Amino acid sequence: MNDHHLHLLHDMLRVRRFEERCAELYQAEEIRGFLHLYIGEEAVAVGVINSLRPEDAIVATYREHGHALVRGLDAGCIMAEMYGKVDGCSMGRGGSMHIFDRDARFYGGNAIVGGGLPLAVGLALADKMNGSHVVTAVFFGEGAVAEGEFHESMNLAALWDLPVLFCCENNLYAMGTALERSESQTALTLKAASYQLPAWSVDGMDVLAVEEAASTAIEAVRAGGGPHFLEFRTYRFRAHSMFDAELYRERSEVEEWKERDPLDLFRDRLMGDGVLTEEGWRSMEEDVAAEVEAAVAYAEAADWEPIEDLERFVYSEVGA
Amino acid sequence: MTATGVDTAIGSEAVRTMTYRDAVREAIAEAMRADDRVFLMGEDVGMYGGCYAVSKGLLDEFGPERVRDTPLSESAFVGAGIGAALNGMRPIVEVMTVNFSLLALDQIVNTAALYLHMSGGQFNVPVVIRMATGAGRQLAAQHSHSLEGWYAHIPGIKVATPATITDARWMLATALEDPDPVILFENAALYNTTGELPLDCGPVDLATAAVRREGSDVSIVTYGGSLGKALEAAEILSEDGVSAEVLDLRVLRPLDTDAILKSVSKTHRIVVVDEGWKSVGISAEIGARIFEEAIWEMDAPLRRVCGAEVPIPYARHMEQAALPQVDGIVSAAHEVVGA
Repeated sequence: MNDHHLHLLHDMLRVRRFEERCAELYQAEEIRGFLHLYIGEEAVAVGVINSLRPEDAIVATYREHGHALVRGLDAGCIMAEMYGKVDGCSMGRGGSMHIFDRDARFYGGNAIVGGGLPLAVGLALADKMNGSHVVTAVFFGEGAVAEGEFHESMNLAALWDLPVLFCCENNLYAMGTALERSESQTALTLKAASYQLPAWSVDGMDVLAVEEAASTAIEAVRAGGGPHFLEFRTYRFRAHSMFDAELYRERSEVEEWKERDPLDLFRDRLMGDGVLTEEGWRSMEEDVAAEVEAAVAYAEAADWEPIEDLERFVYSEVGA
Repeated sequence: MTATGVDTAIGSEAVRTMTYRDAVREAIAEAMRADDRVFLMGEDVGMYGGCYAVSKGLLDEFGPERVRDTPLSESAFVGAGIGAALNGMRPIVEVMTVNFSLLALDQIVNTAALYLHMSGGQFNVPVVIRMATGAGRQLAAQHSHSLEGWYAHIPGIKVATPATITDARWMLATALEDPDPVILFENAALYNTTGELPLDCGPVDLATAAVRREGSDVSIVTYGGSLGKALEAAEILSEDGVSAEVLDLRVLRPLDTDAILKSVSKTHRIVVVDEGWKSVGISAEIGARIFEEAIWEMDAPLRRVCGAEVPIPYARHMEQAALPQVDGIVSAAHEVVGA
């Protein structure tokens, strides 16, 4: 168990340091386009994805670097994707918002809010029709609950009893719109419950709480208990994207949430429990720094796709 | 519903007479018999038997798992078809009509058409989406759209428009073999039409246009629900001494430019017939391609017989006036031939 806890901490640290480096590289103009950082929300992806099996499927959003890293995608391939290099995990066609990996069953990287939910329903439908005990976990923000696709998908998954875990990452703001400014009913679990889904709220800043809830829900889904809905109450420490002046929230609110930084909380807890030493933490930091720098070096050295290949991947290359 | 018992010595002369509706139904049923991965999903495809009775009887044969009634959630069930296709199945998603497909545009345009590209070639989407299209039945503006050209605008999907009994029967098999998303537009005015299905035919390509009538004076280029009108016009023109060639595009993306150029290089004149609106549509694209590739072949300006630039009205005389008609095609052909 101690090793497992250290693994969870290590995963959270990887996501944190990787994204901090991404922010620097964005300022340095190595990474372009949109860059949505997950900093502050790491416990959610780490707790949920560590509860999944390799055969399970994941559908994520445009804020998905962390999910991809935790799922086991190579940090170098993710970084190269952000650089737009052909050695990136989507060959530079997708960038930060469209990370894909077939072997990891990582189905994006969907940058249309709510757009991944019907897809997840379909992945799960195929698994159910084939009688396989596979779970599809779909991540989305609380902003997605305002979309029709959320409601259609929740209903369809429940109606057909499909093995989907709906993971709502409630960071309180849909870009700059606070939940209470966009929803008449802000209790998200009630919305899920109205479709007959078991639904509960979880402290998304506590990786063990996330893991416990996710494991319980995943076990139930896998056992044929139908779709489940989890609301993870979390917070985005950074701006929505790199173009966000953060006019919609008070600095003090951000600082308050930072008091509950999931990485700090869990590190301190493990140190308090004697599971982690100062030296162990330093070594973990060094290990992660090496991984991140290796990823950057890989991305720097990676090739650009030849322009002659521009028209590839519009249609399948049959026979290739 | 198979060719069993037919004297094969008759060869290509052997035909069966059937409706377009029955041809589509037979195509679906045979695909489902041949491949467990194939299933049909959509609004009222099961117990109701399909809005146009295309899937009548299929529920009895295949059961509710494979003939799957959906709620009126176009985005969710089209997206579910895409997800199932990504996960090894071969779904046939029926969107009742193109009008309702607008509620599923996000999934079709942002997911189905883009996933292969955005994933660097990792995730192809072998989904088939069927939908009824077209006007002419006094259903008024919201139930009479012809938006094939809209969908044909989008790289990443293929758009086919079966206009004959043979294509209605055999395009689906090819579409299901295709590794990428295919949309099949069935013009609702065709379901009750009857035609002959050669017994020796099989899967047809989703790449080429077909000359449905040879001619030398003018090319009438069309697709889908307007093919019958074009052929009727060609018959009248022949009585007037004008030899019209009728080219059925069959597939709008990829568009068979070579077939269009070949035909106009022979006739040097063209009339494009499209139930869709003229502006920024299929007919405009054909005109542009001729202007790019074959301008020196042309002896007369291009003429277009298209849907009037109005929402389709309810009143019959007004609706008919808004749609391409045989006499309009005949007049346009005479105009270019006389030019």
